[in-house]
Amino acid sequence: KSLLRHACKPVMEEASCRTEVVLLACGSFNPITNMHLRMFELARDYLHETGKYTVIKGIISPVGDGYKKKGLIEAEYRLAMVKMATESSDWVTLSSWESQQEEWVETAKVLRYHYENLENLSNNEKKNATHRKKAKKRKIEEKNETSLVAKDAPKLMLLCGADVVESFSIPNLWKKEDIEEIVGRFGVVCISRLGSSVEKCIYESDIIWKFRTNVHLVTEWITNDISATKVRRALRRGQSVKYVIPDSVTEYIQKHSLYDPCSEDKNANVILAPFQRYAK
Amino acid sequence: MINRVPVALLSCGSFNPITNMHMRMFELARDHLHQTGLYNVIKGIISPVNDRYGKEGLVAAKHRVAMIQRALETSDWITLEPWESQQEQWVETVMVLRHHYNALFHQCQAMSGTSLESTKTLKQKYNVDSPNAQSVVPRLKLLCGADVLKTFDIPNLWKHEHIEEIVQKFGLVCISRGDVDLQKFIDESNILFKHRRNIHVVREWVVNDISATHIRRALRKGHSVKYLLPESVIDYIQQHNMYTA
Repeated sequence: KSLLRHACKPVMEEASCRTEVVLLACGSFNPITNMHLRMFELARDYLHETGKYTVIKGIISPVGDGYKKKGLIEAEYRLAMVKMATESSDWVTLSSWESQQEEWVETAKVLRYHYENLENLSNNEKKNATHRKKAKKRKIEEKNETSLVAKDAPKLMLLCGADVVESFSIPNLWKKEDIEEIVGRFGVVCISRLGSSVEKCIYESDIIWKFRTNVHLVTEWITNDISATKVRRALRRGQSVKYVIPDSVTEYIQKHSLYDPCSEDKNANVILAPFQRYAK
Repeated sequence: MINRVPVALLSCGSFNPITNMHMRMFELARDHLHQTGLYNVIKGIISPVNDRYGKEGLVAAKHRVAMIQRALETSDWITLEPWESQQEQWVETVMVLRHHYNALFHQCQAMSGTSLESTKTLKQKYNVDSPNAQSVVPRLKLLCGADVLKTFDIPNLWKHEHIEEIVQKFGLVCISRGDVDLQKFIDESNILFKHRRNIHVVREWVVNDISATHIRRALRKGHSVKYLLPESVIDYIQQHNMYTA
């Protein structure tokens, strides 16, 4: 990819002083839209500009069918659409782990799973680095040495919209310990529009307030309010969604006749998984 | 689509650069007109403004045209017409409308005066799909945002006769963000109110503020504009080192 592509990408020497970050976005992705994809770009630009981070990877983790959200179509389709949508990205990828589990998986658990993966990767890197070092016969220059010394596991942060942070206060939707783990242990990058009340939300929650330095608020200056609900509605009405979701995703939807009045009624009388689990 | 009035949509502007919002306007307008049951939108035309318009930061027409061409690669009904940008001087919107209407008129004339086989060839050439193409010239309407409509009020920006010709002879399709004051603006203007039946207000269901100004600002800051413009346009901008600080 062209070097000009990312003007605020940190230079090599600088990069080693920055904390590496992986962004994880959870959600229905029903379907994935240009707005979901934009969130990653906005988050990356923001974190790079703080001078403290370098974003090395983005992960999209669609929720499992067990979440029982109204209108949620089968995971296999949602995964396929995310895969297509991320084809043109060199750093954002799909993870199917969450959707493949038997039952709905709490967000904190998804974060833990991915963090373990990153830790394992990093530990393997360290082992390999040690072997390589031992194999070297001559003294190596400092520059080369940095690349041989494996870094610690990157920081894993949850990427989400203001609606998610605002939902932390909805009774029985989140476990308090999970919220604490998400903001305290991992960290959140929250994309919001001008005029959103997410700051008020942070102020009014003792838990989030305690870890507010771990909650990065990114303003979306170029409003691009593409709700998947509206996309589904447009599709049902035969309206165009071109330039709102990737063309390949639109073709896929048409090919498989996804999103009609019937699909929107799925789980209509079913209680959302977290409510079922926590309201006992 | 029998008995529907064929319509062509013309969008004028800087397209400096073209963005997903410009493209969206066509899609929204077409859906809206189709869903009235009265129209069949057969063609979209993008006409980038002449360099001599003198707007600050306006990059050379050759670049703006190239970017539009790339953006339109995936569209089967919207086309680029560089006529306006190729003129010796800046061309008033009403003249652009007249020019393209005449072109459409002559295409239809050419088609109705020929045999069946060559009609098919001409149909393919001019990408005109209406069954009534031979006899009915499409109505040409100006596609624009609410901001353009509101400039009708600015003294000395538009000639009064031109506004009249645009709304009376051609017609407007105006994409709005749902601002209540657009309807009020139309009601309060004598000329717009008089021709209100020729002004179609289309509500944008996705609030989409991807203006070229925002894009240029983001590019100056080295920010990503991925998913806001077609990928091929972003590549072009980077290859030619455009819109940098």
